[in-house]
Amino acid sequence: MKALRGGAWLPPTVFGAGGLGLWELVLWLTDPDGFVLPRPSEIAVALGENISEVWMASRVTGFIILTGLAGGVVLGVAAALVVTRFRTANETLTPLAVAINAIPIIALAPLFNNWLGITSPRSNQAVVVLLVFFPVFINTARGLTEVDEEQIELMQSYAAGDWRIMRTVRIPNALPFFFTALRLVASLAVIAAIVVEYFGGRQDTLGNIITQNAQFTRYDVAWAAVVAGSIVGIALYFVGLLLERLVTGRYARASTAA
Amino acid sequence: MAQDLVLEIAGLEKTFNPGRPNAVTAIAGLDLAVQPREFVSIIGPSGCGKSTLLRLVGGLIGPTAGDLSVNGRSAQEARLARDYGMVFQAAGLLDWRSAVRNVELPLELMGWSKSRRRARANEMLELVDLGGFAAHYPSELSGGMQQRVSIARALSFEPALLLMDEPFGALDEMTREYMQAELLKIWRETATTVIFVTHSIPEAVFLSSRVAVMSPRPARIAEEITIDLPERSPPVRDTEEFFRAVSLVRRTLRSVEGT
Repeated sequence: MKALRGGAWLPPTVFGAGGLGLWELVLWLTDPDGFVLPRPSEIAVALGENISEVWMASRVTGFIILTGLAGGVVLGVAAALVVTRFRTANETLTPLAVAINAIPIIALAPLFNNWLGITSPRSNQAVVVLLVFFPVFINTARGLTEVDEEQIELMQSYAAGDWRIMRTVRIPNALPFFFTALRLVASLAVIAAIVVEYFGGRQDTLGNIITQNAQFTRYDVAWAAVVAGSIVGIALYFVGLLLERLVTGRYARASTAA
Repeated sequence: MAQDLVLEIAGLEKTFNPGRPNAVTAIAGLDLAVQPREFVSIIGPSGCGKSTLLRLVGGLIGPTAGDLSVNGRSAQEARLARDYGMVFQAAGLLDWRSAVRNVELPLELMGWSKSRRRARANEMLELVDLGGFAAHYPSELSGGMQQRVSIARALSFEPALLLMDEPFGALDEMTREYMQAELLKIWRETATTVIFVTHSIPEAVFLSSRVAVMSPRPARIAEEITIDLPERSPPVRDTEEFFRAVSLVRRTLRSVEGT
């Protein structure tokens, strides 16, 4: 809860504002025409002028991010549950997941565009899903299996079955692992969705705004789209954090207090 | 006569990885009988298979050979009938549950209604002097307090047999002695039969009506010593009877170890 309390906002806010101020000042002195890097004030103006375009694009890209994230999380958790529950599944699924992870998934974006249609959101979603899947799978599976052996024996001494042990011990134990993964993949999903858009597809996306404007040296507009992407990423991060607080609730506060 | 025993073990053998090059016979030819309401300590050289014996009794692992019956049932049947309350060296509390919800856990599994199990759990916390800590989480409790919650949990459903595996091993000396006195108080109040694994001789002597001394691997019960103390309260630790019993157990342990 501490991170959400008033006082904790102050240092990062001051630091962030100071950083932006310094950026503004240094560039105003060294690169007044903004050839290398636009100043924060220029980006803000560009964002204001193109707000409807950037807003629409954020919605399109945001949809890809959210759906891809949801798909990857659901698949990752499901695979982790199956792998923990059935040993043979573990022996086949885990190497497969490792193999998938070894593939540079973003590099597959043009291929996905061919398979699933370049204007279809399917190809973008597929890349995000694949990228999100692995960290969620590995972390959740770890949380489900790294349980104190004595807690399992204790449950067995109460004649509890495997699914009961899963519900009562393994899943609660895995929650902190799962939420760590969720925060990690939230930003990963934003990166993946935007980079996939660099390879073409619809025009009204954040990725496309960045590539098109960078090509015509309208860097301030490109940066405005980057800012929009960052806002989506930060928003997702905090939604994840909020979910974690809601789910782990009082227990999380008790353990940080101790 | 046999039906009256809570626990009856005859010719028990446990071999891990049987038939493989790394086969280890942990226990062989072990006999033990425990009467209702007895407090039996099991003591022996480290690594001799004390914990293995407790897990065999608890039905968590199966024996390779021999007979083991708990109230006339096999260990597996007794486990499924929830005859056991187990306490390990680590309290093994679920971090995300408050003390009272940890004590409720076995009752929950047994399908008790919410109000009934809450009432019982609070009663059990009172019994271990933690009445004011029901809403506390394990991370907010000391090691000794966590272990008391663990004991309350094990006793909450009045198991036929309380199995304790070095429950106070991780506690400091003062807390340990306090917990021993607490355990005796609870034992008297609840009429439970206790099997207590320890490697502390004074602990075994202070707590038990009988001390079973195990031999080195492959383990059996080498000697059983009946402890006859005039009373079981902390002052008895400074009496001559207590010292005599301690040194008898120590000499027996030395002789079975062959040193």
